[in-house]
Amino acid sequence: METDINSQDRKDLDKFIKFFALKTVQVIVQARLGEKICTRSSSSPTGSDWFNLAIKDIPEVTHEAKKALAGQLPAIGRSMCVEISLKTSEGDSMELEIWCLEMNEKCDKEIKISYTVYNRLSLLLKSLLAITRVTPAYRLSRKQGHEYVILYRIYFGEVQLNGLGEGFQTVRVGTVGTPMGTITLSCAYRINLAFMSTRTTGEDTGVTYPSVEDSQEVCTTSFSTSPPSQCVFTVTKAHFQTPTPVVTDTLRVPMAGLAFSHQLSSSRLSYQPAALGVGSADLAYPVVFAAGLNTTHPHQLMVPGKEGGVPLAPNQPAHGAQADQERLATYTPSDGAHCAATPSSEDTETVSNSSEGRASPHDVLETIFARKVGAFVNKPINQVTLTSLDIPFAMFAPKNLELEDADPMVNPPDSPDTESPLQGSLHSDGSSGGSSGNTHDDFVMIDFKPAFSKDDILPMDLGTFYREFQNPPQLSSLSIDIGAQSMAEDLDSLPEKLAVHEKNVREFDAFVETLQ
Amino acid sequence: MNCRSEVLEVSVEGRQVEEAMLAVLHTVLLHRSTGKFHYKKEGTYSIGTVGTQDVDCDFIDFTYVRVSSDELDRALRKDALRNSGGDGLGQMSLEFYQKKKSRWPFSDECIPWEVWTVKVHVVALATEQERQICREKVGEKLCEKVINIVEVMNRHEYLPKMPMQSEVDNVFDTGLRDVQPYLYKISFQITDALGTSVTTTMRRLIKDTLAL
Repeated sequence: METDINSQDRKDLDKFIKFFALKTVQVIVQARLGEKICTRSSSSPTGSDWFNLAIKDIPEVTHEAKKALAGQLPAIGRSMCVEISLKTSEGDSMELEIWCLEMNEKCDKEIKISYTVYNRLSLLLKSLLAITRVTPAYRLSRKQGHEYVILYRIYFGEVQLNGLGEGFQTVRVGTVGTPMGTITLSCAYRINLAFMSTRTTGEDTGVTYPSVEDSQEVCTTSFSTSPPSQCVFTVTKAHFQTPTPVVTDTLRVPMAGLAFSHQLSSSRLSYQPAALGVGSADLAYPVVFAAGLNTTHPHQLMVPGKEGGVPLAPNQPAHGAQADQERLATYTPSDGAHCAATPSSEDTETVSNSSEGRASPHDVLETIFARKVGAFVNKPINQVTLTSLDIPFAMFAPKNLELEDADPMVNPPDSPDTESPLQGSLHSDGSSGGSSGNTHDDFVMIDFKPAFSKDDILPMDLGTFYREFQNPPQLSSLSIDIGAQSMAEDLDSLPEKLAVHEKNVREFDAFVETLQ
Repeated sequence: MNCRSEVLEVSVEGRQVEEAMLAVLHTVLLHRSTGKFHYKKEGTYSIGTVGTQDVDCDFIDFTYVRVSSDELDRALRKDALRNSGGDGLGQMSLEFYQKKKSRWPFSDECIPWEVWTVKVHVVALATEQERQICREKVGEKLCEKVINIVEVMNRHEYLPKMPMQSEVDNVFDTGLRDVQPYLYKISFQITDALGTSVTTTMRRLIKDTLAL
């Protein structure tokens, strides 16, 4: 193509397009991690933020993007595509979106590379940030977890839209004219969410093109405010520290039937070219792993185990329920197979968990006198308990679910009962909680449907919140072991304490008088 | 130079007004903000870095991206709150302008170059089911609005020239610490459900009082 562009401008343009392509991939993949993204503004230029935008680089994503580009650049007939797909725990997969970075023949020869093109590419990236949040796949990706995950695949060459089903829609993010052609960024997204089988793979064009020098260059741009003919543009090369990719072996997605494991995640990092004919589902990189591998940026960690929405059902839990997501962000990779604060996982394991002492506190508070069904009780209680109502925090007492022989109500323990009234009553309540816990054998756990929450097939944030709220962790000071240890000490020090209090009787009396 | 004008219309429930306004304002300002300029010798300048963050709406099934600047967010929230509440039709205008220095005694002239008008129609809903449907519908509508905004932004039409250091305050709002949006101002016009504006109502009240 005949252009008037000089060699320096050509070099700059190629560099801009290359880093624009890499940043585009980062923005798209990070938008499908399933979490909110947050980066800080900096009034001083850091020298490593291309296009004056704080877009973090996930090393694995950059690595895969560079591999896909293989030193080439998007050009006419050769597009860089990022495919976003969904894969369920049963193994079904579905393409959701194809993001395309293309170049067409329409040139703008008058445009300034170092200034106008750069600023317009920056604007285009901002538009991409906005658009990635409004396509349907964003909502799906925010709810990925047990039932499905979102995967990405980068390829270079012809755009393949066959996997999007019928009636897919296209949104154009924007265009930037350059002397070499017009850069176009667009997204084609699926409308029909019915599942399809694994799609066929794409192929590279196989044509080799002159590669762009692969250099980690720092972008320090200076712009002149003098007239365009005197524009000064400087780019300083500096050593750009690329953090070595960290493969954590603890990030594991607990998904039945999908067999995600450390070994699999490691193998997925070794990218296999699409031309080898391997199924795309195997090549697609779960955004889960890409995110989790960048442990220095915890806000980018994928949070597996969140409530997964069923793709076919557009109804979703309240979007504004942030409490669950905030809580789930404390996922610790060392947790292994199970996320500690995972309401949805508890939801799916209802029957097994119900027998583990998750007594509804409302059960404990039932008395022989009033057999009432509370607002949030799963099932009316057929049996009555003799638990007294007037012990505060009885529901938080340790619930002893041992056999009847160990039940203090039947065989009361000797010393602990008499020492500390509060603790004694708590123990007995805990035991009676245990006795009432035995009644849980008669209960069948059903789905917890709190009032005023939407009744649909999805796990409900409100229900899981209630469940969590009603089953808080035990206070360590109320545990029997610690209580038993301190009993002996309390017993020994009791006479001394009594003597001290007797000495101060007058002070106590004066105090009581001031209260009256 | 003619001022570019874009109009967006949304129908929302009362409690969604603030979030809908902020979503539109932030999306526009994301595109109309740069990093802080740092002028150097020889007329060159460097630009700071703009961070972004996702914001989930509480009353709308929608997430938008805003510039990571708490100062800017506070300023916009103060403006958006003025127009929230009550039934009827409200109109907010976000105007980007340039200042043109005038000689004394005339004050500086503000020349708008882009105006975004958001017409907000507030509806009242009776049942929770309607509200739930409204959450989703308004979310979809806002998605369309974001696409519209992006389309306009990428037409690459007139933008003020990058100014010299002495004139940067005529083009940009340099008062924020971390980002630098183009100079903008926000204005409102509120009409109640009967279609009368606040100003006409006040005028009628005063007239009636004087007539007595």
